[in-house]
Amino acid sequence: MDKDTPRNHHDLGGVSKFMCEAVDTTPHALTDFDKQVDAIRAILGAKGIMTVDELRRGIESIPEADYHRLSYYRRWVRSMTGILLQKGVVTEAELRAALEAG
Amino acid sequence: MFAPGTAVRVKNDWPETRGPAHIRTPHYLRGMTGTVVRHLGSFRNPEDLAFARPAAERALYHVRFAQPAVWGEGRPGDELQVEIFEHWLDPA
Amino acid sequence: MTIVETDGERLLVALRSVLATKGIASAAEIAERIAITDRASPGQGARMVAKAWTDPAYRSRLLEDGSKAAEELGIPMRGMPPLGVLENTAEVHNLVVCTLCSCYPRAVLGYPPFWYKSAAYRARAVRDPRGLLAEEWNTVLPDNVRLRVVDSTADYRWMVLPLRPAGTEGWDESRLASIVREGDMIGVTIPLVA
Repeated sequence: MDKDTPRNHHDLGGVSKFMCEAVDTTPHALTDFDKQVDAIRAILGAKGIMTVDELRRGIESIPEADYHRLSYYRRWVRSMTGILLQKGVVTEAELRAALEAG
Repeated sequence: MFAPGTAVRVKNDWPETRGPAHIRTPHYLRGMTGTVVRHLGSFRNPEDLAFARPAAERALYHVRFAQPAVWGEGRPGDELQVEIFEHWLDPA
Repeated sequence: MTIVETDGERLLVALRSVLATKGIASAAEIAERIAITDRASPGQGARMVAKAWTDPAYRSRLLEDGSKAAEELGIPMRGMPPLGVLENTAEVHNLVVCTLCSCYPRAVLGYPPFWYKSAAYRARAVRDPRGLLAEEWNTVLPDNVRLRVVDSTADYRWMVLPLRPAGTEGWDESRLASIVREGDMIGVTIPLVA
């Protein structure tokens, strides 16, 4: 039985839906993708461009189904991109151009 | 300032329901009563940092809760210990 | 579909390109950052534990100020979140989780394990820690030991100082460090003497 609260979907402590879910305890090596995302986040933090709090807020705003479907670092990329767009650090036009070129 | 050993109650408040918010007080502790273990220092309020707003430093406490009291299940004696900001705590 | 919903791998490539063009994050900076992050590993934490087991004064310093104690052993902590060390005793066993995201003592232990970041771990650790430890790690605590679950919600990062197991009398620090695993410093396992 869940506590009957208006919790956000990232606030997972004790949530019934996951109480019977097995934990995959096998080792998972980080991919190049993972490490690059992690590194960019650290650089943005070190340069005062984006805080870890903003990253978290962005992750928490990912709709519930996507939140659970996306891998950990894919959530980060989605959040980081959204935050950087919101703050005007990058523009959608710039990203679209890069996507087309890439 | 809460001294170690002080009984405190976590506010049963839900800012998430009033608009975009970034809250670091877990849902399962809201309205629960615990005991202050120690003052961990003062840190800038993540609720504001998350929106790039000016963020004042707030006192942070380690607060201990009894497991069975929080969940209505669990082994007596087992505990939860969680970092909670001062503005989320009232004397119990 | 909004632009942020673009496939993550493609989005990363585009983001890298734009950030490089703007001088925010070059390929060299990214590579350097990865190299720095890769240097942290559970081995660092194991050295701290081994020293605490053999040197009571270090143990006190470790419990008092984890960051300073880590730096004593050459682990870079400048600019990193404060490290808190949770002492396991005969009466209390600590277990660390971050139910809200994945906060982890990365500066000391390196990247968090995959399972630590999972919804299942985050949900179960605070509500059924004994069941979780028994089912997933075969870790069963003695009846008289209290289990304390530490949910990392704010600025501190937490690691566990496990109890030194019996059968290790006379071991040097290096040998002691070799039996301290990542899971022992999160609290899902207890150090084993092979």
